[in-house]
Amino acid sequence: MKYLEGFRNPDAARALTARLAAAGEQLAAQGRRARLMEVCGTHTMAIARHGIRDLLPPTVDLVSGPGCPVCVTDSGYLDAAIELAKGGVRLATFGDLVRVPGSTSSLAEARSAGAAIEVVYSPEGALALAEREPARQVVFLAIGFETTVAPAVWLVKAAAERGVTNLSLLTAFKLVPPALSALAGDPEVQVDAFLCPAHVSAIIGSEAYRPFVQRGLPCVVAGFEPLDILDGVAEILDQIVARASRLVNRYERVVKPEGNRRALALMGACLEPVDASWRGIGVIPGSGLGLRETYAGFDAVRRHGVAITAGVTPRGCRCGDVLKGKLKPTECPLFGRACTPLKPVGPCMVSSEGSCAAYYKYVARGEAR
Amino acid sequence: MNEERILLGHGGGGRLTRDLIAAEIVPRFGQGPLAGLPDAATLPPLAGRPVFTTDAFVVHPLEFPGGNLGHLAVHGTVNDLAVAGARPRWLSLALILEEGLPLAVLRRVLDAVKSAADECGVVVATGDTKVVRRGQADGLYAISAGLGESLPGFDLSPAHAREGDVVLASGTLGDHGMAVMAAREGIEIAGGPVSDTAPVHRLVEALASMAGGVRFLRDPTRGGAAAVLNEVVEGRQVGLRLLEDRLPFSTGARAIAEALGLDLLHVASEGRVLAVVAPEIADAALAAWRALPEGRGAVALGHVTRDAGRVLLQTAIGGTRLVDVPQGELLPRIC
Repeated sequence: MKYLEGFRNPDAARALTARLAAAGEQLAAQGRRARLMEVCGTHTMAIARHGIRDLLPPTVDLVSGPGCPVCVTDSGYLDAAIELAKGGVRLATFGDLVRVPGSTSSLAEARSAGAAIEVVYSPEGALALAEREPARQVVFLAIGFETTVAPAVWLVKAAAERGVTNLSLLTAFKLVPPALSALAGDPEVQVDAFLCPAHVSAIIGSEAYRPFVQRGLPCVVAGFEPLDILDGVAEILDQIVARASRLVNRYERVVKPEGNRRALALMGACLEPVDASWRGIGVIPGSGLGLRETYAGFDAVRRHGVAITAGVTPRGCRCGDVLKGKLKPTECPLFGRACTPLKPVGPCMVSSEGSCAAYYKYVARGEAR
Repeated sequence: MNEERILLGHGGGGRLTRDLIAAEIVPRFGQGPLAGLPDAATLPPLAGRPVFTTDAFVVHPLEFPGGNLGHLAVHGTVNDLAVAGARPRWLSLALILEEGLPLAVLRRVLDAVKSAADECGVVVATGDTKVVRRGQADGLYAISAGLGESLPGFDLSPAHAREGDVVLASGTLGDHGMAVMAAREGIEIAGGPVSDTAPVHRLVEALASMAGGVRFLRDPTRGGAAAVLNEVVEGRQVGLRLLEDRLPFSTGARAIAEALGLDLLHVASEGRVLAVVAPEIADAALAAWRALPEGRGAVALGHVTRDAGRVLLQTAIGGTRLVDVPQGELLPRIC
């Protein structure tokens, strides 16, 4: 715990805040503003929980990116999952997905209408479900970024080794770099730099962000503790003031330049790049991973003949703009009114890593807009 | 040797029931109004206005670091009376036993009830025992009601908080919830959280001499300190501002909360009081609390502001964030 307190030391925070303020003034003197995007949902939560936006100079905007895996899952994916469940398949899912609205209903509503939907805490839980009831088909809702892909691949390998034949995966894996690439090229988004994720970077390695640096966008990998984040933002601002763009890994205690080679090899053996549809953003080429032909038997789409079609966005929901950093959660007309954590309209309000949920919980419950 | 267990017949009203009462209840609680096991207790007049409360206890597991269901059944009810500005006097205790409950567990729970009641100066005046079939309850449930007498001088309501008032906590927050959670999930760490279950009536009585300056008292049980503090500001013209570096959290509770991603402000205590007091008495109230063993860790957390309806936290690194009430059920069955 002493270790933890080291990352929340007020004196160190004051020094960093002073550095941020100085950089902010230099930007003002240059007549410039800086727009930073934090990519990862865990960063979004930590920034809100520690009140970090308050500490930023007025010339700096820190916007949230598409880094919450539940939030970027298309409603058509949920529709397919619900269709599977209605057909008698048992679904195993992470809890965050249960209350996300699909086109017409959520998994929670399907469950209360009798569908077999079990919340698991890891892919192992899905394997246990399948082994407990060998006569029943189990589908694991395999969503997530690079961080969660490795354990899901483990699940496929373990099921194959143990001869478990009643388990398959409905995959909607997403890759962070292609999404950043799409955002970096979007004139409506206008991001000046990326605060790069911690856990995802531990898998893919900090070098994955090299192309953005070459396009003039500073990229800094930072940990999740408040001082990590302040330090990462200060590093970015110093670069922007100096009109530099460098790749800096400030989370060296966990992230290596080349990433986790073993996990990457395992993923590569099992999965191949596919086009993926991001909720609110659309299809980004090569931004997903699907099961290779060798593992086709574990692909729920091929095994159960279900199709993932384009879903319907709930009326008025602007999660897509929030995910692209174009809109602050509090600027959405539904925020805190029609859309709250207890009655969410869009996924950003459901997930524990969603930026709307973070704002609702820590910034403005709905009374301040 | 087979472990002695509760049988359905222990609730049948016949010989087994009488044996259970004679062996386990009478030796512990058979004096005072319970002597002779009347159907209802006749009590002497109270010194103040009667203050009456009831609470049900369904904690799982029944025993956890720092206490068991028996402690909760007494402390929970005593504390509800205390924070209403009353001196606790009498308790009722109803137990719902599941067939198969080890008798040894029941004995430990009853011992806890007895020792906790003695420590609080309350008497178990009436009670009941029922047995349900295996699977129809989870070991043991307890329901207690409490009767107390109002202490003179207190006029307590969340509506009495005014700008400039000081918010006090009598000790570390969230230890009980984290201890139960850790026990339930089998998380065993050295120096892990220990339940804070304890009576708070002495803490309340310690403020009796300055009762006019005490605006509001509440024990932060389910929903934690965040729920209580939001109750102070909800729908009112005042708000609260707390200082994160003042928040009293134990190392053990913090370790579990960080690992599970929980905010300790949302986690229950069972032996703490939060007070909103006038600034003139804040120092004296803190000193009075700190003079008691159960108030040794008392601190001022923050103050009442004009920020209508909002509880804000100034974080250790200098930022500000909202302290919201927990959404839905955070930790089920912790009391």
